[in-house]
Amino acid sequence: MTDLTGGVTDITRVHDEYIALTRRKRVYGGILLILFVALMAAGFRTADSRNAGSFAEGWTHVFDYPAEVLAEALEKSAQLPGHLLHFLPALVETLNIAAAATLAGTLAGTVLALLSTRGLAYWPRLIPLFRRIADICRAVPEIVIALVLIFVLGGGPVPAMIAIAIHTAGALGKLFSEVSENASLKPVEGLESVGANWAQRMYLGVIPQVGPNFVSYALLRFEINIRASAILGFVGAGGIGYELRNAMSWGQGRYDEAAAIFLLLFSAIVVVDQVSDRLRERLTHGAKAGATA
Amino acid sequence: MLRIDKLTKRFGANTAVDAATLEVDKPCMIGIIGRSGAGKSTLLRMINRLSDASAGRILFEGRDITRLRGSEKRAWQAQCAMIFQQFNLVPRMDVVSNVLHGTLNRRSTLATMFNLYPTGDIHRAIDILDRLGIAEHAAKRAEALSGGQQQRVAIARALMQDPTIILADEPIASLDPMNAQVVMQSLRRIHEEDGRTVIANLHTLDTARRYCDRVVGMRDGRIVFDGLPEQLTTGVAREIYGADASFSEAATSTEIGTLDAAQDAIYQAEATV
Repeated sequence: MTDLTGGVTDITRVHDEYIALTRRKRVYGGILLILFVALMAAGFRTADSRNAGSFAEGWTHVFDYPAEVLAEALEKSAQLPGHLLHFLPALVETLNIAAAATLAGTLAGTVLALLSTRGLAYWPRLIPLFRRIADICRAVPEIVIALVLIFVLGGGPVPAMIAIAIHTAGALGKLFSEVSENASLKPVEGLESVGANWAQRMYLGVIPQVGPNFVSYALLRFEINIRASAILGFVGAGGIGYELRNAMSWGQGRYDEAAAIFLLLFSAIVVVDQVSDRLRERLTHGAKAGATA
Repeated sequence: MLRIDKLTKRFGANTAVDAATLEVDKPCMIGIIGRSGAGKSTLLRMINRLSDASAGRILFEGRDITRLRGSEKRAWQAQCAMIFQQFNLVPRMDVVSNVLHGTLNRRSTLATMFNLYPTGDIHRAIDILDRLGIAEHAAKRAEALSGGQQQRVAIARALMQDPTIILADEPIASLDPMNAQVVMQSLRRIHEEDGRTVIANLHTLDTARRYCDRVVGMRDGRIVFDGLPEQLTTGVAREIYGADASFSEAATSTEIGTLDAAQDAIYQAEATV
């Protein structure tokens, strides 16, 4: 140990420096907090002033609509099982749109991701191009693409499927590319040394490393796509969204049907969530192994 | 003071700890040795209540620790500090903040989330770091420190809890011999100067012999040896580790001195046995 006097001055210096550092951090934190609160308040006021009604007066009526739906559904609760059965085919159509779109989008997203990842890309110079393509796919709202396609191709599930697939390709392209960046390049180099071409290197060297992550993100995307495909039904893409729009319009006395559709959608999403949760767990941690001491 | 009574932990069909019974009546430094998988870690984790016991009791000053729930359980964990093999610090936070985590049980959640610790606590944290010889690293991120330094930060966090018992789960298994010595000496000093009980899982016999007042040997979840370091002969060690005659202590040693004295020491030890 060093001599006592030297040690004492030294430790007081450490004390003072650290306290000064803490004060500085607290000041920064305080400023950030004030900024955050100010932005929230300002943003809220802008939104509120541009609204048709006022939030302060309107928010008490938030539960009016659900209450009305529930009241009517309870009144005609005897017809609920019949409605559930009646709308089941529409739900299957919605799930079909979501599944097909997720599959197509995942494949396109994988290719986009591999082409826009540093170290893996086939044309390294074109990485920015493929990144921008993914950005555009992500930036255009699904509903816009769907509306354009419905105008061109006519109403039905195919325009919805294409619209969701394009959005999925953009979103997964970005996520997959981030995952692939963390993949080790050593197996890829190993495959290159035996004379494998680019597709072989990607499929046999990279995909096995990133597979579980890809599947996990694709499953999450499937859940999101179910919701998206239900929404697209509102603009004429078929499926359960179309039925919901017809049932939930005000003053038609069909709220019992709306309640049945909500119930179907909710249970479909819960089931998919549970199943994909199990799948993801299995993929990331492997099949249930014996506990270790 | 601390009494462990037929403590058992089962994972499915496996029994990790099998009716372990142990009594500590005054503050001392205990080393637990045994093969990996012998249940040493599980035993310590049950004492800290990181995992629940399947059967049996842990009594501390007459209170049943295994029954505590919620805030009472967390208060016990604050009183019974734990040190891990891989340090378990928050890597992106600075060293003093990591040490201040030792006071989390006493402070309100909101204050700790905004990093508002009393100045007195900050001074105490730096003083503890100074006692362990790493005060000059106070403002650095924990991840920027070497393994030995990080383990001393973990010890500082434990001391900040002002605990009665310090549990150390393989505290030196990830360290080089030089740092291992510093960490073990720190633990010994904490026991001698503050009178705290230290219970450490150790993977080398010579460490247990050199630093501990009492050695406990575990094999397949059972406590098979409990005695003074002097009673820990090569024969007993073979029994604990389930090794045959080819077992030699020098082969597993991490002491620097062993490098020179290894052969002589072995011959002498065998001769005395």
